[in-house]
Amino acid sequence: NMPEINVTPLGAGQDVGRSCILVSIGGKNIMLDCGMHMGYNDDRRFPDFSYITQNGRLTDFLDCVIISHFHLDHCGALPYMSEMVGYDGPIYMTHPTKAICPILLEDFRKITVDKKGETNFFTSQMIKDCMKKVVPLNLHQTVQVDDELEIKAYYAGHVLGAAMVHIKVGSESVVYTVSVNKYAKSHISAWIDKCRPDILISESTYATTIRDSKRCRERDFLKKVHETIERGGKVLIPVFALGRAQELCILLETFWERMNLKAPIYFSTGLTEKANHYYKLFITWTNQKIRKTFVQRNMFEFKHIKAFDRSYADNPGPMVVFATPGMLHAGQSLQIFKKWAGNEKNMVIMPGYCVQGTIGHKILNGQRKLEMEGRATLDVKLQVEYMSFSAHADAKGIMQLIRMAEPRNMLLVHGEAVKMEFLKGKIEQEFSIDCYMPANGETATVTTNPSVPVDISLNLLKREMALGGPLPDPKKPRTMHGTLIMKENSLKLVSSEQALKELGLNEHQLRFTCRVQLQDPHSDPDTLHRIYTHLKSVLKGYTIQHLPDGTVMVESIVIKVSSSAEDTNAKVLLLSWSYQGGEYFFTALCIVKRLMYQ
Amino acid sequence: MAAHLKKRVYEEFSKVVQVTHEEAPAKKLRLSKPSKSAALHVDLCKASSSTDALQYLLTFSRKPVEAESVEGVVRILLEHYYKETDSSVRLKIASLLGLLSKTPGFSPDCIVDDAINTLSSEKSHQVLAQLLDSLLVIGSQLPESPAVRLRLIEVAYKNLSDSSFGVRTKCLQLLGCLGLLEAPLGKDSDGPGPSLAAMRDVQSIISDYFGDQDPRVRTAALKAMLQLHERGMKIHQIIYDQACRLLSDDYEQVRSAAVQMVWVLSQLYPESIVPIPSSNEEIRLVDDAFGKISHMVSDGSWMVRVQAAKTLGSMLQVSPHFLEQTLDKKLMSDLRRKRTAHERAKELFASGEFSSGRKWADDAPKEKLDTNTVNLIASGACGAFVHGLEDEMFEVRNAAVEALCQLARSSPSFAEKCLDFLVDMFNDEIEEVRLQSIHVLRQISTHITLREDQLDTVLAVLEDSSRDIREALHELLCFTNVSTKECIQLALLELLKNLNKYPTDRSSVWKCLKFLGSRHPTLVLPLVPELLSTHPYFDTPEPDMDDPAYIAVLVLVFNAATSCPTMPALFSDHTFRHYAYLRDSLSHLVPPLRLPGRKQVYGLDSVDCGSGSGSVESAQLFLQQSLNRVSTIQNLEAAGAPELLDLTIRDLQRLGELQTELAGAADFCATFLRCQLLLMKALQEKLWNISVPLILKQNITVTAAAQQVLDESYKLEFLYSGLENRQVATIHHVRLQAKALQLILAARTRHGLDSLISSCEKFLQDVESFQRLFLTELPHLQDSFVEKLLELLPRLSSCKPVEQVKILQTTLRQSGLLQLRLPEQIHRATATIIEPTGESDNPLRFTSGLVVALDIDATLEHVQDPQNSVKVQVLYPDGQSHVIHPKPADFRKPGPNRHRLITQVYLSHTAWTEPSQIEVRLLLAYSSSCSSRLGWTDAMDSLHPAEGTVEGTIPFSKHVKVFIMPKPARR
Repeated sequence: NMPEINVTPLGAGQDVGRSCILVSIGGKNIMLDCGMHMGYNDDRRFPDFSYITQNGRLTDFLDCVIISHFHLDHCGALPYMSEMVGYDGPIYMTHPTKAICPILLEDFRKITVDKKGETNFFTSQMIKDCMKKVVPLNLHQTVQVDDELEIKAYYAGHVLGAAMVHIKVGSESVVYTVSVNKYAKSHISAWIDKCRPDILISESTYATTIRDSKRCRERDFLKKVHETIERGGKVLIPVFALGRAQELCILLETFWERMNLKAPIYFSTGLTEKANHYYKLFITWTNQKIRKTFVQRNMFEFKHIKAFDRSYADNPGPMVVFATPGMLHAGQSLQIFKKWAGNEKNMVIMPGYCVQGTIGHKILNGQRKLEMEGRATLDVKLQVEYMSFSAHADAKGIMQLIRMAEPRNMLLVHGEAVKMEFLKGKIEQEFSIDCYMPANGETATVTTNPSVPVDISLNLLKREMALGGPLPDPKKPRTMHGTLIMKENSLKLVSSEQALKELGLNEHQLRFTCRVQLQDPHSDPDTLHRIYTHLKSVLKGYTIQHLPDGTVMVESIVIKVSSSAEDTNAKVLLLSWSYQGGEYFFTALCIVKRLMYQ
Repeated sequence: MAAHLKKRVYEEFSKVVQVTHEEAPAKKLRLSKPSKSAALHVDLCKASSSTDALQYLLTFSRKPVEAESVEGVVRILLEHYYKETDSSVRLKIASLLGLLSKTPGFSPDCIVDDAINTLSSEKSHQVLAQLLDSLLVIGSQLPESPAVRLRLIEVAYKNLSDSSFGVRTKCLQLLGCLGLLEAPLGKDSDGPGPSLAAMRDVQSIISDYFGDQDPRVRTAALKAMLQLHERGMKIHQIIYDQACRLLSDDYEQVRSAAVQMVWVLSQLYPESIVPIPSSNEEIRLVDDAFGKISHMVSDGSWMVRVQAAKTLGSMLQVSPHFLEQTLDKKLMSDLRRKRTAHERAKELFASGEFSSGRKWADDAPKEKLDTNTVNLIASGACGAFVHGLEDEMFEVRNAAVEALCQLARSSPSFAEKCLDFLVDMFNDEIEEVRLQSIHVLRQISTHITLREDQLDTVLAVLEDSSRDIREALHELLCFTNVSTKECIQLALLELLKNLNKYPTDRSSVWKCLKFLGSRHPTLVLPLVPELLSTHPYFDTPEPDMDDPAYIAVLVLVFNAATSCPTMPALFSDHTFRHYAYLRDSLSHLVPPLRLPGRKQVYGLDSVDCGSGSGSVESAQLFLQQSLNRVSTIQNLEAAGAPELLDLTIRDLQRLGELQTELAGAADFCATFLRCQLLLMKALQEKLWNISVPLILKQNITVTAAAQQVLDESYKLEFLYSGLENRQVATIHHVRLQAKALQLILAARTRHGLDSLISSCEKFLQDVESFQRLFLTELPHLQDSFVEKLLELLPRLSSCKPVEQVKILQTTLRQSGLLQLRLPEQIHRATATIIEPTGESDNPLRFTSGLVVALDIDATLEHVQDPQNSVKVQVLYPDGQSHVIHPKPADFRKPGPNRHRLITQVYLSHTAWTEPSQIEVRLLLAYSSSCSSRLGWTDAMDSLHPAEGTVEGTIPFSKHVKVFIMPKPARR
């Protein structure tokens, strides 16, 4: 019955969004991420926790929960799980995640409850209570969850504070990673030890994509902004509050600095401002350039970027404005867009994907006349640009990670089944390791072959070393003699003498005796003497003794001759050997026999 | 111990008997030596505990030990070593052994045996490792002794099987540094056992440890092998496979060393054939190694990545097929092939459209990919540079750029291919990388022609706020080939924008346009009407001649016109006038043109444009002829001599202005001749025959002349580079003449005898030092003042001062003119202050008593060691002057013999009532001690440190005036 690791995705199995993966390893149950699905408004938006237990709290069934980063599809269900379903155990996340996560949750709650008017949703207090259960993680810090379970976080890139987690129980281990950002040099790039985990669980959203150099796209972006500014136009960049916005801010800020530009850059207040604050605090989690400049100043202490005020939109002259939300469907970004749309000198840059039905989607598809509320139409004269900056790992990044960590098995989550299929094939072909892609609720089982550590006594080791060559060769196994003692959950390899002593047992001598009948006319002592001299002449290099008590000892074999009372010619040769001397015995026996039958 | 020392001392005594008298003091010193080791001995004996002993040893190791007493000290140390039980003390002793054997003048062969003996009894692994380390030092001190080496190698072999990694590491190090280079003699079996072991193949033994269990030992083994290679041993090819296996080691230092090892082997056996595993194909070893190292560019550790990227650059023998794979990147999106931005840009360019990204999804993926052909993990060389250039760490990116450069320089086709990538790097987030890639592009620019879209990206960098970047880019544009006239227009436009935004770049921009014009005359030709805004029927207004932008356009056009004779026909009248003006005011930027229907403005122009390099030769000839003509003057009093000199000086000065290549030489000659002329005039005055009281007025002029000659002689010596000893001698000779003149004048005017005596003595000292310094040059100074002086020296030194002066006077007047021989290359150090320009009318205001920083930007040409010699002088209107030493970091070196000083000087002053100008200029500091240190330092340094050196400064830039206004502080 080999030990196994079971991985069951409750969400994100062959699917995107609602990341929630259960791992049971070495008798421990761990939940990786606890996300929500953006596409649903009903029960399907949260993972199905009834899989774990039908009724009652989850605390008894889970040893810990680990959150990889602050995106809602990775942490959105956390207050629901901990407060409404019930979980009191530890929740692990990195410091930046812990800081930013509640902001997003609160925002999410506001939209759902205040705007959409849903009831039976978690409250602000629940978010707070949930956050109290969080244990923050530092990078590369090994945290002992209990005596056997330990976790260690690695830098993952993607967004601020995103982490890869190495989970270890005994010699079995699992690495969980999201969206490793190896190629896009946005904020970070990931690195992990060659930790050779049993399973590497990785996200595979962009499994079938190999992206172009980030630098090209950045250059295009900057060039467009620059040209518009030089013409005296205004640039609107609708963004989502976190991640992308900061990335673009840094990009523009540096460019302004480099090119000595004077036009003002604004970002809309509120969420972005708060998030910027956290970026400022967690400067060490960002990329080399940002870290390096920190000696002089904090890069997020923007020099050119100021907070936006509603009235600024009417100011003359060029400017760049970052405004939320990203799809131009409501709020500040839409207001500004309406103001600026009429001037062909201006420009709007959509830095991300837009959902169908939003204004963003319409203008990207080239619609030049928009119908607004109240039957008004809006002529779109400004230039519309699309810029894709995605911080997800592409196929190459995942392969790179596999090469770095050298896992024994691979498990793909958070991606579409077809794409996963492709990547799975590639992984199996390239690294010849097994690759799994379980669907939601499906369990992938990996049997492990754990190595069992055994303590060995130093004396025994030294003795064995003295027997062999000068140095143990790690490549070649060697056999050794010893006694394995299993006592109180620990294994010990000691020499047999010591084992006897420890266990308080007496040593039993095991002797085997063999009687050989033969005809010999000589007297007993003569026969013995003949045997002695013969053995002496044949077995050179062995200790052979003729003992006064009428026996011959060859090493540990005792040879004795006795004749029966009836027939003095019929001699009985008694050979006796101990268990250890078995190997010599047959040689001795053959020689003696040969001598007698001559 | 003591007996041994005593014996040694006696031995030395017995030797000393024959030694000459001078070495007596050395003997005395030597006698005191044993006391030092004895002191140590006493200290060690006194030490009650091992901590004390350690303390003594630590203090002892801080003081140097004389070579003579090292052996004694070592013996005392070893004696203590055997007694010591504490391993930390033994460790210290072991390290001292190595330290002591490094003492200069000490040959450690006498302690080799003792040091080796200590190994046998040592139990502590740490001490053992330290002992081996010391042995390594001893061994490397004795490179000439094969016996010692053999013994040490034997020791290393013996300890290789030690269980401690430290000992094994040290043994491998020892083998790497001392292992025998000669291949072992196969059948040489008559030697005794141990030496046979020493003769075993070092390489195979070291390579056994490639598989050691400790990564540090593996690294040491690789390093030892590399060391052997460095020492000239040919590494066997069998090592290659083993080294390749280590490329996938778990430890980064092993991988890093393995990369080096693989590289070494690829350079040794580039053409060998190696099989590709899992197929029966074979490839060249260098290609295989290239592929493997390329793979390391995506290693997990950035140190290894840097190492790998750097190494790739030096693998020039790699096949082009492999080389081009490094730039391969296949993009895909949802399993469909996607074109890279580069490809898209190229296509757009080919189709004539010039914009991108306007349409939604214009980068939409096109063809469907076969899943089997997509290589996700780059195998081999695939995309190595693509990864390297996009690495997170800028160190890796920089290394990749460097490697690209090296490879591209040797392969034009690769240069063409990597262009896109390099141009991309112009937008890197780290300035160093941007700068590096601009430099690289310049270096490979001979191979490439920029496309319009690439040029666009390149030119965008012109707005960078970093001056270094902009200037590097100007430099790049000077060497760039572009393909179309639109490119020229674009470049001009951007450069003018640059000029507008950063007016300080003026000269750099002009220079850039000069080269752009002369490189692409045919491309400029169709643009001329537009550029000069001429019209076939109408006269257009005359542009402003002082507009830097207009000058920039003219520089471009005129330079293009030199090789395009049809162009001047398109010029309008005022263009010709502006040409004449610019040709005169900016002659380094505007070339001479053959203009139809116009007389050549300057006679020399025809020579200039007629034969490019020939003109330099003819100018050289002219220079030589002038010098020859001057040399006909035998005597300083010859008739017509001053006129001839005058004329020649004028000629030379003009020549220097016209021929920039010879400016240094011509200037040098002219200055030299002026000195001669001044001397001549001073001596020619009839005053020498008139009685003393009458000549007071003339005296003043002569004194001034003597002082001027003296000053000029310092300029001659320190302002010009490329002087040979002979010229220096000539200069010193002139100086001596000037000093003689001063002496004579002093004798005539002053009456104090004491001062005269002292100055006479000083003069004689000068003469002597001259003789010492230029002993080898004396034969060339025939018939000169000095030669005559040296003939009379015995008489001079014995007679009275008044007598001396008389002799001097006659000698000086009789001596002939010294011939000047020109060295090969001679350059004058020059400095131009670019900023401040001195044109600003707005005063710098600041509160008096506080400081204000003034930015200074200057170029220095032909200045040796500017960090130490160049100073900034600030002169305030009240006559105060400050000399500021710029920081060494303020000097950059943009080219050979060129330096750039960008610094800030801090000004401060008490309050003024109105703004006033201060003057800023650069000084070249000199001290003659450096030149006179040749032969007589021993005598001089301790006795007269001040007298031997003459320190001073030569102003070598024009001064620039800056308005400043210190205001009184408000209370």
